Amino acid sequence: MNATTATISFEPKTTWTPSKGVVGMTCLIIAESAIFMIFVVAYLFYLGKSLSGPTPQQVLELPILNTICLLSSSVTITFALRALRGGETKRFSYWWLATIALGAYFLFGTGYEWHRLIYEKGLSIKTNLFGTTFYSLVGLHASHVVIGLVALLIVMAFAIGGSIKKAHAERVHVLALYWHFVDTVWIVVFTVVYIIGR
Amino acid sequence: MNGAIDIGGISEVLPPASSAESEKTVLDHIHSWLVTVDHKKLGLMYIMYGLVFFVIAGLEATAIRIQIAWPNLHIISPQAFNQLFTMHGTTMVFLVGMPLIFGFGNYLVPLMIGARDLAFPRLNAFGLWLSVFGGLLLYFSLIGGEGMTGAGGAPDVGWFAYAPLTGKAFSKGHSTDYWTLGIMVGGFGSIATASNLITTILCMRCRGMTLLKMPLVSWLNLIMSGMVLIVVSPLTAAQIMLLLDRFAGSHFFDTQAGGSAVLWMHFFWIFGHPEVYVLMIPAFAWASEIIPVFSRKAIFGYPVMVGATCAIGFVSLSVWAHHMFTVGMTSTGNTFFVASTMMVGVPTGIKIFNWLGTMWGGKLRFATPMLFSIAFLFQFLIAGLTGIMLAAAPWDWQLNDSYFLVAHFHYVLVGALVFMIFAAVYYWFPKASGRLLSERLGKWHFWLFLIGFHVTFDTMHLPGLLGMPRRIYTFEAGRGWALLNLICTIGVAFQIAATLIFVFNVLLSLRKGKPAGNDPWDAWTLEWSTSSPPPEYNFPEIPTVKSRRPLWDIKHPTDPDWKYE
Repeated sequence: MNATTATISFEPKTTWTPSKGVVGMTCLIIAESAIFMIFVVAYLFYLGKSLSGPTPQQVLELPILNTICLLSSSVTITFALRALRGGETKRFSYWWLATIALGAYFLFGTGYEWHRLIYEKGLSIKTNLFGTTFYSLVGLHASHVVIGLVALLIVMAFAIGGSIKKAHAERVHVLALYWHFVDTVWIVVFTVVYIIGR
Repeated sequence: MNGAIDIGGISEVLPPASSAESEKTVLDHIHSWLVTVDHKKLGLMYIMYGLVFFVIAGLEATAIRIQIAWPNLHIISPQAFNQLFTMHGTTMVFLVGMPLIFGFGNYLVPLMIGARDLAFPRLNAFGLWLSVFGGLLLYFSLIGGEGMTGAGGAPDVGWFAYAPLTGKAFSKGHSTDYWTLGIMVGGFGSIATASNLITTILCMRCRGMTLLKMPLVSWLNLIMSGMVLIVVSPLTAAQIMLLLDRFAGSHFFDTQAGGSAVLWMHFFWIFGHPEVYVLMIPAFAWASEIIPVFSRKAIFGYPVMVGATCAIGFVSLSVWAHHMFTVGMTSTGNTFFVASTMMVGVPTGIKIFNWLGTMWGGKLRFATPMLFSIAFLFQFLIAGLTGIMLAAAPWDWQLNDSYFLVAHFHYVLVGALVFMIFAAVYYWFPKASGRLLSERLGKWHFWLFLIGFHVTFDTMHLPGLLGMPRRIYTFEAGRGWALLNLICTIGVAFQIAATLIFVFNVLLSLRKGKPAGNDPWDAWTLEWSTSSPPPEYNFPEIPTVKSRRPLWDIKHPTDPDWKYE
């Protein structure tokens, strides 16, 4: 043991080390990206290979409003974070609430789209390969939105209770990274499903 | 060799356990292990979990070998045979390999980089218990699921579970679901632990430890963990698809509705091949620690080792379809995968030369960890050579799914990985327990296992070359396979005897082993600077390092490493 103590010196720590939260979240995002990549590959591989209808051209409509909502929620969460870093917790809550509302609207929009596809167009996950890949890819993304919303709601509950302070900005930042990831994935899903696939 | 134990003068016998410690009941001890978030206890639990399943899967292999020891045997039923080879493969990869590498990563990485724990201790416990739950789920199938044949029992679709065999129509009952869910849950645990290791290594190194001053164990764990993130996820994705197929009626791998069985193969092997390197890179890591210490030389070509491992990591991501030459790809596809597969041999060869270069001119000490490491070097080389043979598509057309292939990958996974696992256990056991394993029993273990390994797996190449396919339940006499198979099975007896000696050695040495002191091998990395076993906080004070071999610097203040690095 005395051998170890001999090496101790109290130089200030000069080297920069990244934040644990950010690195951990980045790892999660990398792993999640790999999962999405496989689903995207399956979607593209099975494009036009369905043995029966309906086809994407016949039933899909561009979810423009949905997309605008989800993408703008990335902007509102950034404003929320900026407010928190400046110590304006009230402002933070408003922007945070706006983020939740936009995310929730996106989920509602997806639900509405699925309802229309299932009950009006007769497309379910069992119908054909298009149904299989469409519901699984969009559903995988939607389930990530649900997880994100649950996390956002927990933070909101703490914010209402008044326990989110400037000191928590780093943790909120890590959650925001996840939310940005969910939004970025939507750009990929939107491109693959509604632009290339239609 | 034993004389080295006292060198350095920093050996220190453990303080006796305090009286409060001895008053704890058995239940208190069990409770403390169940709720622990300490990386050392979690690491040891990972290792024990892996070793227990190692014995179980070994017994499964023994049953398989007995069944095909001689023509026309009917010792077990064909249904049981299918379940045995499925469970043997699945267990060895997911419940033995993964827990063991994560166990050693967990235990060693914080100690070697001078940290007090992993970055997220509770996530670490979560990862372990997810893995354990996955393993139990898989084995619960023995009483819970009905397989393909409706006979009840374990999964029987092979460890890579090709479609459409796994579809509802062909795999009735729930055994395939247990297979899917068990591995998927374990996969989440792997991703959690890999993220944890990466974060720890990037964020928690002690003062002075720049990336290029890290011990190779933490470098290689960093690369392995990065690979886990990228390669385990595709398997998880494919299994979500399989579950959707089986429960929601989707058509991913349903050929009747236009789905593709080949897509499953691609998705599985995008995981499956890099997985081999996920398992092997930690073995390389242990070799890179053990060989220098027992050669009394610093590792030869440290930056090249790091670079070569990165190269293996990258290249191995693009070789998966060499498992699919017989499926029928375009010749461009074949050529690409032949070339990329052979290319992995380059960085791997560099590593072998580096280890040899380390030993060259060194003062070799043939302690048990070193013996296992030397056998590893030799066997890994042979495994690599048969790998290059199988990488050539025409050769693979002939020998894919034959016993030649089985012999090849057992040479990798037993001859290299299992040998290095034993080396690592002998090397780090004194650190974890405070007592040395018996060298005498260790040598018996080594030689018996070596003989058993070569009798079984050298011979196994031959029936493969003679055309014996893998996974056959039995075979006719007169094909020239009978004697060879009998020899393979006889080798198993040696391996079992060796493993029993190992288990006995561990149990005996835990109670009566020679006290190890802090640094029984006169080693150079930080874990040997603290007591054995280390206190819960690892280091009373966080060390500062100046070179790759901090303990060398302490022991040789007049000739420290940092002057030369």
